[in-house]
Amino acid sequence: MPIDIRMPALSPTMTEGKLAKWLKQPGEMVRAGDVLAEIETDKATMEVEAVDEGRLERILVPEGTENVTVNTVIAVLAGEGEAVSAPPAARQVAAAPAAPAQARGNGAHPPAAAASAPPSSAPERDWGPTHTVTVREALRDAMASEMRRDPSVFLMGEEVAQYQGAYKISQGLLEEFGPKRVMDTPITEHGFTGLAVGAAFGGLRPIVEFMTFNFSMQAIDQIINSAAKTLYMSGGQMGCPITFRGPNGAAARVAAQHSQCYASWYAHCPGLKVVAPWSAADAKGLLRAAIRDPNPVIVLENEILYGQSFELPTDEDFILPIGKAKIERPGTDVTVVAFSITMNLAMAAAEALAAKGISAEVINLRTLRPLDVDTIAASVRKTNRLVSIEEGWPYAGIGAEIAATLMERCFDDLDAPMVRVHGVDVPMPYAANLEKLALPRIEQVVEAAEKVCYR
Amino acid sequence: MAEAATRKPRGKGAAPPAIARDQLLRAYRDMLLIRRFEEKAGQLYGMGLIGGFCHLYIGQEAVVVGLQLCLKPGDQVITSYRDHGHMLATGMEARGVMAELTGRIGGYSKGKGGSMHMFSREKNFFGGHGIVGAQVPIGAGLAFANRYNGTDRVSLTYFGEGASNQGQVYESFNLAALWKLPVIFIIENNKYGMGPSPERASASRDLSKNGAAWGIPGTQVDGMDVTAVKAAGDEAVAYVRAGKGPYILEMKTYRYRGHSMSDPAKYRTKEEVQKMRTEKDPIENARKLLIDDGVDEPTLKAIDNEVKAIVQDSADFAQTSPEPDPSELWTDVLHEA
Repeated sequence: MPIDIRMPALSPTMTEGKLAKWLKQPGEMVRAGDVLAEIETDKATMEVEAVDEGRLERILVPEGTENVTVNTVIAVLAGEGEAVSAPPAARQVAAAPAAPAQARGNGAHPPAAAASAPPSSAPERDWGPTHTVTVREALRDAMASEMRRDPSVFLMGEEVAQYQGAYKISQGLLEEFGPKRVMDTPITEHGFTGLAVGAAFGGLRPIVEFMTFNFSMQAIDQIINSAAKTLYMSGGQMGCPITFRGPNGAAARVAAQHSQCYASWYAHCPGLKVVAPWSAADAKGLLRAAIRDPNPVIVLENEILYGQSFELPTDEDFILPIGKAKIERPGTDVTVVAFSITMNLAMAAAEALAAKGISAEVINLRTLRPLDVDTIAASVRKTNRLVSIEEGWPYAGIGAEIAATLMERCFDDLDAPMVRVHGVDVPMPYAANLEKLALPRIEQVVEAAEKVCYR
Repeated sequence: MAEAATRKPRGKGAAPPAIARDQLLRAYRDMLLIRRFEEKAGQLYGMGLIGGFCHLYIGQEAVVVGLQLCLKPGDQVITSYRDHGHMLATGMEARGVMAELTGRIGGYSKGKGGSMHMFSREKNFFGGHGIVGAQVPIGAGLAFANRYNGTDRVSLTYFGEGASNQGQVYESFNLAALWKLPVIFIIENNKYGMGPSPERASASRDLSKNGAAWGIPGTQVDGMDVTAVKAAGDEAVAYVRAGKGPYILEMKTYRYRGHSMSDPAKYRTKEEVQKMRTEKDPIENARKLLIDDGVDEPTLKAIDNEVKAIVQDSADFAQTSPEPDPSELWTDVLHEA
């Protein structure tokens, strides 16, 4: 029986990659564990190991081929003594089976819209011409710009230097700024976070990358008790200008310990600012503002958004204010409030609602603390209906905070009780179907909007 | 390193006096100031004028005073919640410290920090940290900033033997050794954490060796003898300032009072405490050294009087300085961007 060798997914979010090099040639014998090929993604170069034994019968995707979709058959292995005769074309997987983000089914973002039609993310102020960049590049550019501007800014974290970032956010920074300002740390969040807080007290402006925010829990005492509270406890003497950043929220199929949203955790604490960018413009503008801010700022990024492209102003000075939400799509019938990756849901739902004759106004919160209550309240005074979306748990979540605040601010303006769309109140399951059920979905947003509109 | 790590505790006579007479006079004055200040703080606590936790430094004065003599302007000091002595040693005003204890606007943190949370940028004192061990990576971070800025400043990072069992302490040892940071880790081993003696809390019998795995040299020091502290401190500071990386000093010391004001310290006998006070008291011993060196009684008396006046003034100030204005509730949460 010939065995198909398929393009592997090397990370939970990888959809395609470049087949950089074949290390075995047709006719060669292969044993399990042998390295067959090298694959490059936008994050890393990885080796593909053989799982089965046999003779490499045929290579179907030559080395140097870019954008090879995950699961495409790239070679065929024959058992000993077997010959493989089927023509290559027949062996290509018919229509590469759905991109992993879909196949893995978190359903958290509208596949087509995100990939092909980047939603408008023009900032309020007109910053002039734009170009298309990924969120990943925008974050890198934000750090590079600020590091050029201020020599006291430096980046530290696990694999940020030589490896260029676990998610390749710090690509090229070591090369430009050297090992003094781009520092790899051991895998000891508690220690290096405390050290960075000390460096900030000592006059520097550290950027601390958490490989994911899940690991910030190891360091949360230093973030809350040391970074956030010391200014107050010192009567205003001890500012802590520090940025904590990294991917937050659910990735894909990594289960409960690696999939959770920290928005509500950090937004709860006075002494911190918390931002959650969605678009490339959000990412660059907010991260630059975070680095310049004299206070500790939590920047909640999203792994699945890293590879998504948006329009970003080319202006070198582009920056966004912390504490200002943005109306991404004006509407009149219902206000939909979202942040980070749930903005993809909000935009897709607004499109679906438009088809049903409901005009949704979509607010991209951008900052979670301080929350731009004015913008939300003004919108609600216009639409009289409100739906919030978040990936996190509902209990004491961002939606709960918005509900309480809006009840205080515009109770009389609401024509229907607000509805929250949120992650299910359980630890994140691993199974693909359960994971999909645990995360907010477009149809839930549509239903919620219809419900508050009594439709 | 091995040599340094295995050095025995220093005692009187173990080394030639590392301390000149004028320095010893200053040390005597500063130790006495801390002693009298802490006694007064204990009194005010008893009167209900100081609230919450209040950890007194009585008995341990030689450690911080001896080490302060080794520093240059710009060197930083950071410690835990038993911090009044460190603040006075760095030259912070007794008034501001005492008024913080009473929660008044004249305190170093405007009354918003209390006993465990005081700071002075001017005196390079970085707190005053209430979470056991949390100041240790922060102290390493101050050292990181020194090296980043290309200065030869050193960071004196104090913690107790109780904190020395914390994970973040070992993470800090690793980072400081890995990056050769100019930090001296000072373990103030006062024999009792909140109660348990080190033998019941740690399998390590020589805390100065706790950095051995990372190649950090360490020395055990008689922390009741200010001259021994100064000598060991000079050596450690020279090593660290030369860019050789971190250093550990284990100060064998003793606190006379309970862990905090609310601790009756029943885990030890009165006789044990009394023996330490009569035989090992750092202030009495410094006084004897000064008299042996020819310092006359009136000079010492003048110091006693000066200290008494400072402490009384601080207590008066701490009771007359107003409480913070209610508007202070909302200030200092964030810096204006």
